[in-house]
Parts: sequence; structure tokens; C-alpha cells
Amino acid sequence: MEFFKFERDIPFMSWGKYTTTISLLTFAISLFFIVTKGLNLGVDFTGGTVLEVSYAQPANLDRIRSIFVTLGIPDASVQNFGTSRDVLIRLPAKHQLSSAKLSETVIASLKELDESIQIRRVEFVGPQVGDELLENGALALLFVSLGIVAYLAMRFEWKFGVAGIIANLHDVIIILGFFAYFQWEFSLTVLAAILAVLGYSVNESVVVFDRIRENFRKMRKAPATQIINNAITRTMSRTIITHGSTEAVVVSMLLFGGETLYYFALALTIGILFGIYSSVLVASPLLMLLGVKREDLVKPEKKQQEEALP
Amino acid sequence: MNRYPLWKNLIIAITLLVGLLYTLPNFYGESPAIQISPLRITAEAGLPLLQKVEGTLKKHGLINEGTLVEGNSIKIRFADTDVQIKARDILQSELGTDYIVALNLIPNSPEWLNSLGGLPMYLGLDLRGGVHFLLQTDMDGALSKALDRYSSDIRSTLREQKISSAGLDRQDSQLIIKFRDELLRSKAEAELKKIYSDLDVRTQDTGRDFRLLVSIKPEAQTRMQSATIQQNISTLRNRVNELGVAEPVIQQAGTDRVIVQLPGVQDTAKAKDILGRTATLEIRMVDDENDIDAALRGQIPFGTELLTERDGGAILVKKQILLTGDRITDAQPGFDSDNQPAVHVTLDSNGARIFKQLTRNNVGKRMAILLVEKNRAEVVTAPVIREEIGGGRVQISGRMSSMEARDVALLLRAGALAAPMEIIEERTVGPSLGADNISRGFNSTLFGFLAVAIFIMLYYRAIGVISILALGANLLLLISLLSILQATLTLPGMAAIALTVGMAIDANVLINERIRDELRNGLTPQLAISAGYERAFGTIVDSNITTLIAGIALFAFGSGPVKGFAVVLCLGILTSVFTAVTVSRAMVNLIYGGHRKLEKISIGTVWKPKAVKR
Repeated sequence: MEFFKFERDIPFMSWGKYTTTISLLTFAISLFFIVTKGLNLGVDFTGGTVLEVSYAQPANLDRIRSIFVTLGIPDASVQNFGTSRDVLIRLPAKHQLSSAKLSETVIASLKELDESIQIRRVEFVGPQVGDELLENGALALLFVSLGIVAYLAMRFEWKFGVAGIIANLHDVIIILGFFAYFQWEFSLTVLAAILAVLGYSVNESVVVFDRIRENFRKMRKAPATQIINNAITRTMSRTIITHGSTEAVVVSMLLFGGETLYYFALALTIGILFGIYSSVLVASPLLMLLGVKREDLVKPEKKQQEEALP
Repeated sequence: MNRYPLWKNLIIAITLLVGLLYTLPNFYGESPAIQISPLRITAEAGLPLLQKVEGTLKKHGLINEGTLVEGNSIKIRFADTDVQIKARDILQSELGTDYIVALNLIPNSPEWLNSLGGLPMYLGLDLRGGVHFLLQTDMDGALSKALDRYSSDIRSTLREQKISSAGLDRQDSQLIIKFRDELLRSKAEAELKKIYSDLDVRTQDTGRDFRLLVSIKPEAQTRMQSATIQQNISTLRNRVNELGVAEPVIQQAGTDRVIVQLPGVQDTAKAKDILGRTATLEIRMVDDENDIDAALRGQIPFGTELLTERDGGAILVKKQILLTGDRITDAQPGFDSDNQPAVHVTLDSNGARIFKQLTRNNVGKRMAILLVEKNRAEVVTAPVIREEIGGGRVQISGRMSSMEARDVALLLRAGALAAPMEIIEERTVGPSLGADNISRGFNSTLFGFLAVAIFIMLYYRAIGVISILALGANLLLLISLLSILQATLTLPGMAAIALTVGMAIDANVLINERIRDELRNGLTPQLAISAGYERAFGTIVDSNITTLIAGIALFAFGSGPVKGFAVVLCLGILTSVFTAVTVSRAMVNLIYGGHRKLEKISIGTVWKPKAVKR
């Protein structure tokens, strides 16, 4: 089997104008939604309590809600999730209520209403802990970005580092844009997924960059555009197959992983799809824009000889 | 050219064998068990206890599937959870309160595997159910309490040295002592510096008076903080023991936090109750003048309380508290001058002064040491005061065995929290959700693997089969590493295993595409194989290092489950590079390397363009 039969190199670079426009547009739209709608931060970051309970019969949400009104927590959100017998309850972080006692009181009241209740999960996070987690998350994002730029700059050249990181932060912003627009819950595991995407997506760019470097050495006379087009075309089959494989696993997670892994897998799915796009159609045009030259990668031989002289 | 030397093949074979060996325990599963361990460190869980336990089980017709003495605890395996719970209830009532009888799980792997140290992966709470608490110590409160203590100590020192001050105030984290003239101040300064090495004493002149500013030295503060958190941890450990939890985790997190994880605990309310219990020590006088029998009949004299002693006897104790436990700086078991077991207690300077006064005024009377928990007081011991005791070294003796002395010392040291703690994070996962999570994680990995395997084998034929075998080897090595390291596997960790499967194939795809590329360029099959592996290697390393950077950052900044994810991701990258580069190469070499004239390799269609424009 062979899917990819390219007679000649695909002129990716001549599409640069369109792809840059598309990128800038999606980027701007994503940023717009992040700013206007904001992320729907999960309990991990905001602090608060989440209870997952299941009943023997379909749950009566109105009666559960009325309990929270009598408990003095009218802003509790009560919703079905998965099946009609499973209920997810979210309580906002309240400073005046003794946090540790809160879940106990709630569980006791719920038990009074219906004995068949089964507690599947209780998560309580103090607001302070939530703030710290958010801070650490942001720091992790920063350090991953810096680490990747530094590595690319060392292994290749600074232009590659800059192009790579812009392309990949572009992916991250777009994932965040999706989460903001659909108001999907942004939890600690989603953050982990985003960081994994960052590493994974750079991985993608590196493969193309590697080819570009090799081509600069091999195709001595060719202009940069042709070199990049050739590099992308030649790695195309690998790009698609690898992403397809990863995507197959992630889709399997999306389908069989259950509620907890759902948003994690979703973030990865978006990340992988945009990862292909960005590594091919964002990172490389950026590299062109930054004016990558053969001299950046292949040291002029004359200089070496001069150094060799006593 | 495509042949590995024997040693290389051997190393690969041994690695895979070891991987298989340590992955094995995960397939045997675990069976329900009971863990019996003594509540007090001094008691032993040896052969006599084992015989007693076995006898008890036989008497009630409960069949055990094997016993195991491990460290200071006995583990008994049962066929199912019904028998396990029945046995737990019976043993708990037969053995009494001196032993903790906890539900546990023991791996089913055979003896020879256990002796090699083969253990199944350690499952996180989200996979087996349980509670996770993060507790925060109120350090500010502890420091401010310490400052209060110092302020009264300083007051009494100045009084003893007959240095008159014009007032002592507390302001934030320092004490301000005012003096009328400079001479008095310098005298006080010298005195305080001599006695309190932990305090920082500085002078300050204002228009009207001469001042001394006293604060706790930073190094003393750090020392105090670490002592506080250590005492809190040992107190929590004692309390958790009462819950009868097998393998609880109690560890420090950061400078002022403690993580408590209780696998398998269902009754979170009780757990919180016991963890959050505040215990304090009090010293009061025993009321021997009034009739205890009258008190037992209900006529309790005014100002006294009827309490029970540790041995169960009733005792009448005055309500006035003379000294509290926060004056105790240390307590150690030992022996008194008559070679009788005793507890040596060290008090801080102010406590020593109070104690000296108390003992001087009450020679011949009995003093009661009480442990107060949740408004319930219990008399630990009530010795007779023989003489005035000064110097802050107090000896509690009388009617106790050396074992009891050790317990009392432990209680005095660790009965109470050094500073109040608050639960700032709680995560509870029910056992059914845990089991669900395991099957979900397993299924996503399995189906993901199958999808990738089918496609790769169709696309790359024989080489594809090798790639998938390498991928399987990767999974094997990853799981064996996780088992050997006993890293905690959580649901995100399982997701990372699945993700690794998807990502690890990348290295093989890179190699296979390279080989096709070289064939397309007209190289002979043997040359194409070797060039393909060699050229792809650089790319594989580069691209994996970037993902590794992300994994390391995740590990450094993540917490709990995210850390678990990061560990699996990093290990997965390492194993996948190894398997893709060496294991698959070894297999290719074994199949193709031997042929001198290789006509064709089975790597799917190698399509050649009609004209390549360069």
C-alpha cells in the first residue's frame, strides 16, 4: 500500500499568503473568545466542591435542587450526566462555609432524601490551592515553551526555535479558543493534555525542520522555497500516518475513556489536527519569513579552513 | 552490515525477558486480604499472634488461603470479599483494641515472582477508590503562639532579675519592651541575649523611651516550622492507625502541608473526624480529699470532675488547669532512680517555672496528666508528687511497665497537633468508579493499539509486523518499568500509556518511510535498511527530546495525577526510542541480515515517481 504518490513537490510555500491569513484569523478568533467568554475553569482551578452521585432510580433533580436551597447554597448546579440516574453537583467555593464539613452535610442531606444514593466521587479544592494550581500550570506552559525554543535554537538555529514555538503556541491558543467558545470544562487533565500537545506538536515541526536542514546540505543550488517544499512533501506520508495512528488512539480514548478522559481526549484531538496544519503550513512559512539561509545551517567551508591554520 | 553482534542481541533479549518478568505480576491480579498490625510500636506481630489468628479463624470455620508475616504485620489471604469482611469483624472483636485489623489486597503472583521483587503496578486512588486529603498547618498561628509564650517567659525573666520595664507589647511578629533608662535596657538586653538564643534582640530609641525589639530568629522559625510539621505528621499517623487502613500515605508536601491518602476508605466522615481531632494535654490536681464513692453515686463536689484512668478506674480531678501540653518540648521513655520505668518530660522555661511552683506547693499530693480529645478527658497517669521539681525536667513514674512508659511518651509527644490543621483539598473516589476507570483506561489502550496495529501491518507488511512487535515490546517495557519503580498509576497515567502507544509508532513510521525513500532512490534493500535506520535516528532523538522537555516540565509543576501522567509520558518516550531503534532493528537483522543477496523486502508498495525534478 502506498497512499502518497507525489510526482513533484507540492508548492506549500506559495500558499503562504492564504495559510498565514487563515492562521491569523483563527488565532484572532480564538483569542477573541478566550478574552470575551473566558475559560470555564474546573474545580481544580477555582476551588469548590464537585459531587458525583448515582441513584438506583432516575434522579429527581428538582428535589435535589430544593435541598441546596434549604442548605443555603442556592447557586449549586445540579445536572444529569451520562445517564438519568447519575447526577453531578457543583458547589462554588465559599469562604465562610467550613469546607471540610460542607461535603459531609451535603451527603447527609442527600442520604435523607434517598437512601439508594451512592457516592461515586467527591472533590473539594480550597480556593487557595486552586490559585496555586493555575499558577503552576501557567509556569509549566512557560517553561515548556522556553525549553523547546532553547533546544531548537541549540540543535538547529534560533530562527527554527522562534518559528517552531510560534506555530505551536498557535495550536495551544486554538485549543483554548475551542474550550472558551464551547465552554467545555478546563481541568487539570486538560492542561496536561495541552502541554503534551505542545511537546508532541513541536515533535512534528522538528521532523520537517530536520529534512529542511538535510536538504540545505544536499540540494546546494536550490532556493529556500524549493528546499522547504521538498522537505514537507517528502515527510508528508510520515506526517499523515503518524498523526493518523495517534489520532486513532485518542479517538479510542474519546469513545471508551469515559467522562474523566473525555475533555482530555478532546483537547488532544484538536491539538493533533492543528498540529499537522501548523507544523506544515505555519512553522515553515514563518521560517521563510524569518529569512532562513543555507549559511544558517551549513557553515561555510572557507572559515573552517582558516580556523584550521596555525 | 545488517547484523548485530551477539552481545547486542543478548542485551536486547535479556531486557525483553526482564521486562516480561516484571510485567507478569500485573496479570495475576490481587486477592482480598486482611492485614493485622499492632497499634503500639512495642507490641510484636510474631508467631504467637499468627497462631492465635489462625485458631480464631478455624473456630469460626473461615478458610484462609495463606498467611504471610511481613515486617511487623500479618497478612491473611481470602477467597472472596465476603469471607474477608466476616473475618475482619471476628478478628477485630477477638483481638481487641491493641491491634489494627485492616482490609487489604495482596497480589496473587506466585512465590518465585515475589522473591524476585515482582509487584503489580501501584494503583492510585482514582483507580482503586479511597480518599485523598491535603491538610494545611496554621504556621502563622503556631508562630504567634510561640511569641506569646516568649512574651510571658520574658516577663518572668525580667521579674526574676529585678529589671523593671515600662511595658511589654506585641506588635505583629515582634515584641516591644520599653524601659525608662538606658542602663536598665542594656542590662535587660544582656540578660535576654544570654538566656534566649533563639531570639533576636535589637535596641531602638524613640523620643520618649528606650526600647528593645525582640523577634524570633529566622533560623529558629524554620526549625520551629519543621518541628511543628513533623509532630503533626506523627500525630496524624497515630490517628490514621485508629482507622485501620492498610498502607496509608502520610507525607509532607511543601513547607506547611501534609498529604494523607487512605486507600479503600469509604466512611469519609469518620476519617475526617479522626484526622481533625484536636487533642491537648493538661496537668491538674487530683482531689483525694473528697469521697470518690460519693462521687460515683452522683454527688460530684463543686469544682471537680469525675474521670476515668487508663486502667479503667475512676478518679476525681479538679477542674483548674495548671499546665497545658504546649509547654512540653520533649518526652522520652526511660527509667527512674529505682530502675522503674518512667517518662522523662522536658518543659520550656516558663513551663518549668510553673511546674516548680506547682510541685513545691503540692508535695505528697497526686497530680493528674490528662489527654483531652473532643471534650473527652482521660487520665493518662496520676503520680504522687514526692518533692519539688525544678529545672524543667519532669519525671513521670509509678505503676507502669516500660511498654506503657513508651506509649505515654509517644502520647505526650504526638497526642496533640503542634499547630491546628485544616483540610484544604479532598478527593474521594468510590470503589465502583475506580473499577470503571481501570476498565476504561484499559479499553482505550487496547482498542487504540489494535487500530494502529491493523493499519500498520496492512501498510508496511512484514516490516509493519516488526514495527507492531516493537510497539508491543515498548508497552511491555513501560509496564514493567512502572511496576519496578512502583510509581503510582492514575487514570491520566493510563491515558499516557495509551497516548504513548499512539506516539511511539512515530519512530517506526519515520524509519519505515526512510527505508522506502532509500529504496525509491535506488539503493539495494540491505543498504536501504541500514541507511533508513541510521538517518531516522537523529530525527527520532530530536523529536522525542522536545516531548521529553514537556514531560519534565509537567512533572516539575504538576501535582498528583498530572505528575503520574508526566512520569508515564517520560518513561514511555525512553522505552519507545529504545524499542524503535534497537528492538525493531534486531528483528529486521535477524530476518533480512543473513541474506547475502537480498532481492526484496516486504515493506508494502514502494512507488517511484516518473521524473523527480530537483
